[in-house]
Amino acid sequence: MKEPKIGRRSYRLPTAAFVAGFSVFLGACSNENGQNSLSPKGPAAQTIHNLFIPVLIVAIVIGIAIIAATFYVALRFRHREGRSDNPKQIHGNSMLEIGWTIVPALILAVIAVPTVSTIFALAERPTGPDVLVVDASGKQWWWQFELGKQPMVPSNIVTSTELHIPVNTKVLVRLHSDNAIHSFWIPELAGKKDVMPARTNEVVLEASAPGTFLGACAEYCGLSHANMRMRVIASSMADWEAWRDDQIGGPAQAYTGDVAQLTGATYGCTNCHIFDNSAKTTYGPNLTHLASRTTFAGGTYELNRENLTRWVMDAPSMIAMQSKDCRLPPPATCVGMPSFIKNTPKGQPVMTQSDADAIVSYLLGET
Amino acid sequence: MSETTLPDLAHALESEISIHGHADTNTGATNTKLGMWVFLSSECLFFGGFISAYLLYKGRIVSGPTPQDVYNIPFTSVTSFILLMSSLTMVLALASIQRGDHRRFRIWLFATALFGAVFIGGQIYEFTEFYREGLSLSENVFGSSFFVLTGLHGAHVTAGIIWLLTLWGMSMQNKLHVQDSERVEIAGLYWHFVDVVWIVIFTVVYLIPT
Amino acid sequence: MTTTIEKVIVAPEEPQQSVLRQSVLRRPKETTGVWSWFTTVDHKKIAILYGATALIFFVIAGIEALLIRLQLAGPNGSVLTAAQYNTLFTMHGTTMVFLVGMPLAVAFGNYLIPLQIGARDVAFPRLNMFGFLVFLFGGLFLYSGFFLGGAPNGGWFGYTPLTSAPMDAGFLPGRGPDFWTIGLIMLGVGSVTSGINFVVTILNMRAPGMTLMRMPVFVWMMLVVAFLTVFAIPAVTAALIMVFFDRNFATNFFVAAQGGDPLLYQHLFWLFGHPEVYILILPGMGIVSEILPVFARKPLFGYSVIVFSGIAIGFLGWGVWAHHMFATGLGPVAVSAFSLATFLIAIPTGVKIFNWLGTVWGGSVRLKTPMLFALGFIAMFTLGGLSGVTHAIVPADTQQTDTYYVVAHFHYVLFGGLVFAIFGGFAYWWPKVFGKMLNEKMGKITFWLMLIGFNMTFFPMHFLGLQGQPRRTYTYAANMGWDKLNLLVTVGGFIIALSVAVFLVNVIVTTVKGEVAPEDPWDARTLEWSIPSPAPEYNFAKVPQVKARDDFWHRKYTEDDQGRLVLRPSDTADYQGAVEERVDGHDIHLPSPSYYPLVVTLGMPVLAYAAVFKEPLLVIPGMLLLLFGIYAWAIEPGTEEH
Ligand code: HEA
Ligand code: HEA
Ligand code: CUA
Ligand SMILES: [Cu+2]
Repeated sequence: MKEPKIGRRSYRLPTAAFVAGFSVFLGACSNENGQNSLSPKGPAAQTIHNLFIPVLIVAIVIGIAIIAATFYVALRFRHREGRSDNPKQIHGNSMLEIGWTIVPALILAVIAVPTVSTIFALAERPTGPDVLVVDASGKQWWWQFELGKQPMVPSNIVTSTELHIPVNTKVLVRLHSDNAIHSFWIPELAGKKDVMPARTNEVVLEASAPGTFLGACAEYCGLSHANMRMRVIASSMADWEAWRDDQIGGPAQAYTGDVAQLTGATYGCTNCHIFDNSAKTTYGPNLTHLASRTTFAGGTYELNRENLTRWVMDAPSMIAMQSKDCRLPPPATCVGMPSFIKNTPKGQPVMTQSDADAIVSYLLGET
Repeated sequence: MSETTLPDLAHALESEISIHGHADTNTGATNTKLGMWVFLSSECLFFGGFISAYLLYKGRIVSGPTPQDVYNIPFTSVTSFILLMSSLTMVLALASIQRGDHRRFRIWLFATALFGAVFIGGQIYEFTEFYREGLSLSENVFGSSFFVLTGLHGAHVTAGIIWLLTLWGMSMQNKLHVQDSERVEIAGLYWHFVDVVWIVIFTVVYLIPT
Repeated sequence: MTTTIEKVIVAPEEPQQSVLRQSVLRRPKETTGVWSWFTTVDHKKIAILYGATALIFFVIAGIEALLIRLQLAGPNGSVLTAAQYNTLFTMHGTTMVFLVGMPLAVAFGNYLIPLQIGARDVAFPRLNMFGFLVFLFGGLFLYSGFFLGGAPNGGWFGYTPLTSAPMDAGFLPGRGPDFWTIGLIMLGVGSVTSGINFVVTILNMRAPGMTLMRMPVFVWMMLVVAFLTVFAIPAVTAALIMVFFDRNFATNFFVAAQGGDPLLYQHLFWLFGHPEVYILILPGMGIVSEILPVFARKPLFGYSVIVFSGIAIGFLGWGVWAHHMFATGLGPVAVSAFSLATFLIAIPTGVKIFNWLGTVWGGSVRLKTPMLFALGFIAMFTLGGLSGVTHAIVPADTQQTDTYYVVAHFHYVLFGGLVFAIFGGFAYWWPKVFGKMLNEKMGKITFWLMLIGFNMTFFPMHFLGLQGQPRRTYTYAANMGWDKLNLLVTVGGFIIALSVAVFLVNVIVTTVKGEVAPEDPWDARTLEWSIPSPAPEYNFAKVPQVKARDDFWHRKYTEDDQGRLVLRPSDTADYQGAVEERVDGHDIHLPSPSYYPLVVTLGMPVLAYAAVFKEPLLVIPGMLLLLFGIYAWAIEPGTEEH
């Protein structure tokens, strides 16, 4: 911690505190949780970091100076027995006061220059065929990513929660919402940009090395805001192209027979989801290539049979949602998946374990 | 410290405490009057919020009627003029009671309230007319911002009418005296304010084209 | 010097026959007893009501914070559900801002403004009581949501369309936003009336000789705060009305598909919200400016500069609101302008910090409890201000906004600033208000526990935020590396609670068997210390004649040729006047108690429930109470003749 608590020597403590604080600070920098803004992994985040750290150091120095001064005046001029009780009555000092108006003003003026130039630098919008354009939509409470047809993407891809990008490539993410405000934030790649219903904001991502970068919705957007996470997976261009081709190809196994019957007529999953075509956006997440993702449900759960089975049967028990009634048809906003074993949607049977297993097997690409 | 002046000063201060105190205050304005001014300046920002909403949404009408479709400028000009006139009668009413001319005071005050009521009548007519033409609160952003803005102004006028009529009733029962004229003045301040706000609304909302 | 008891005090200026003299209900006469607290118009009693109510809300909001901290103490916490968590942080923030911060400032203002400017009451005593009752009922109304279909859960700034979407859109469960919008509109009415009251009191009711530049800094800061309140509240009221209409009457103010713009709400809210944070901190700055000179035995360093920088903060505070919207996509030009404007505020604030240090410099410092809190304020507030400046670096803020780094910033300014100042103020003025000295030892324990607990709670939040922990999230995963610091934060929160508990024990113990306070226990400088403790109902038996800034001090002390302090010889006329002579003040004519503030205010929750439940039948009794109350109030004289 930076603040000295109790002390007699007014200089040593702040120094010790500074050292202590700084080591905590270094510890914070090294937190490799994939979502650490102090550990930038792309040019935009790096630019911000390079601006922030010097200002932070200036702030720390001023902070320590003021704390030290507070201790100093309090202890140095403390009344003691035998000391005069009648100090000199000073009413002010114009020179000093002008001085401590101008010095902070100068410091701030110096900080202002790189601030403004960085603002404009980061506002630049990349164009050209080597820019990957992604449309990201904030939903209640998950992220949808749509890679429209463009030089790098021969045909539409729609996915959710996980965004795949090639390294060292500028990715222009256009942000949309048809419900509340969200905020798109991948701390190690770039700063936040709000996802506004009325307008399309843009943010530029670029990863300097392969890796998985975590992100979260950073604007309070309702009941399950905390569960609205995502991840950006950056890989080499070749790997990314393989991923892309896989997505464009059809689902891992044929979507027919029992599964189509269960997800269609029986439980009505197709009211919200799509299972056999990655090119379309839907009401709920597009599930065509679900098995290729590592997490689901706003990045909250690892994708495995156990989690998925529970989810298919009783999603509201896993994430807070207001989904007693599925509010169909669109354009009503989806605020969650109903439970298929408790309070089932009107006119639907309670889901059996074997039906759930069949659906999950299909989703996981298993036979 | 001169002792003789102390009681006077105490008295001066004392009368400030009283709601009906006279102008022995630091600024010279009575508390009530100064308070009214501060209140009205606060109201400016209140209306400012709704006027900005209206202006922002002017060009964003997705469906349904636009201002050009529903506004009847000549009609609204007439009712606006009547409201404007009510400020004049308000001034005359105040001058009368300050002179002690209670008969004229009652006439002018009643006229003020009446003009206000005519304005409100016009507004009600206008609202129903617009509604008939398909503009409702929920039809589009124009409907929302227009009705809420002008409706809140109408509510202010209505409150003003009730206030004026209360004063008028008191005067009719000989309960309002020359020394109570500040009450009339305060009501007048409010009335003029509501009037000025309408002039702004009329200019900005009705007259400036999209 | 002979004692002059004024007989003139019965105001003779109005003829007796006026019918305006009559009252509808029998006039309440009681000035003591339980009932008197409902009808009082005495600014000092009202101040105590404000303070006590706000303290209760502080404990409630503090317990909410502790629940939040229990949930977040470790990863995947299971103390609260998502819905409960969202309600708790909304109510914690809303309560702390509207039911703790603002009312506490009004409590201090109410007690001290008349005393410090030498007046016998505020300009509108009944309106004063009305303001308090609106605050009380507004707070109860907000909290009644817990029992009536959903307490507020849209966050303390209630962004649209989250809050403005109709209930069945399903973003937020329950009626929370309805209670929130209506409750806040109500509280706004109360705040505006007390703002008007303070402006008029300060501008109009100063004792002879109390020129503006002789006013204590606290009064100055309250004047700025009162203006800020009066101008800022209507902006948010307008926004809240739009939210309520969108939610309940299908208007389209914030419906994007119809061309509505959620950003309009943000502009209106922060046009209020940023001045609001100065509404919260300036009273604290005033309190600190009163405490420091007394315990350093030196005049305030650069009085006029401190006053002018307070005014400058008040003005600049209007030009920076969009710094809460740096991530919304306003465009580089707008964002740069707001960034620079925000920088500017650091300058007058810094001037104050340095001038306070200059005040203590070279003094004869007594580290009594009030002084400890004042010094704590200087250091802790500065840290909060500095993180504020790092927010103003727009690109950096896009990493910080909506993370715990912001939570750290605003608790440093709100707790390290506002709350420290308030506790300092409690310790300092307690003897004047209640006539008992608080226990010094317990006071020091409170301070040190609070300082340690506070830093333990909020300092680690800086790191958590920069390491990516978003705010307003009820849970986090175990592998994020946030668990240790979060645990530390939670422990810190409980240390703060302990410090508050020590304070409350101190209050109880000293009330029961505390040392009786003399009128001037701190050897202070301003007029409130020249009268008995607790202050008599009529404040000043003789209206003071002010001849200098820190008038009371100059009656006691003078300076020698080296500028050192010397006690005035006790036989001089000035010294005689130092502590006012005891006179029997029962002849002094004061505003009489009244029922009508209560009647009018009772109508408001009725109307509020009518709005929330869309129940037209409730409108009628509500309007009747309101109209009857206003009417009877208007014809009731402010002061009853004997
Ligand atoms: C008491 C309340 C209070 C006060 C006084 C302040 C003071 C300041 N605040 Fe803070 N602020 C809040 C309460 C307050 N704030 C709250 C509640 C929020 C969050 C709302 C929410 O989202 O819920 C917030 C959020 C907030 C943001 C938005 C963050 C975000 O959401 O992304 C910003 C951005 O610029 C900001 C800036 C500042 C600045 C520059 C000051 C300045 O006034 C500080 C000035 C003081 C100093 C700088 C220290 C002393 C100066 C010196 C010692 C001189 C030398 C200094 C330099 C040269 C730098 N604040
Ligand atoms: C004046 C303003 C103020 C104050 C004093 C505080 C005080 C505290 N705040 Fe506050 N806080 C806000 C204003 C304030 N807060 C605001 C505006 C928000 C934003 C809300 C939003 O996002 O909408 C916020 C949000 C906020 C969050 C973020 C929630 C989130 O984003 O998810 C957290 C988390 O730790 C937190 C914690 C605390 C703690 C631990 C205290 C402690 O200091 C509290 C200490 C006080 C007590 C504990 C009371 C004492 C109780 C007793 C003596 C009784 C004893 C009882 C027991 C021990 C059970 N606050
Ligand atoms: Cu989406 Cu928070
Ligand atoms: Cu701000």
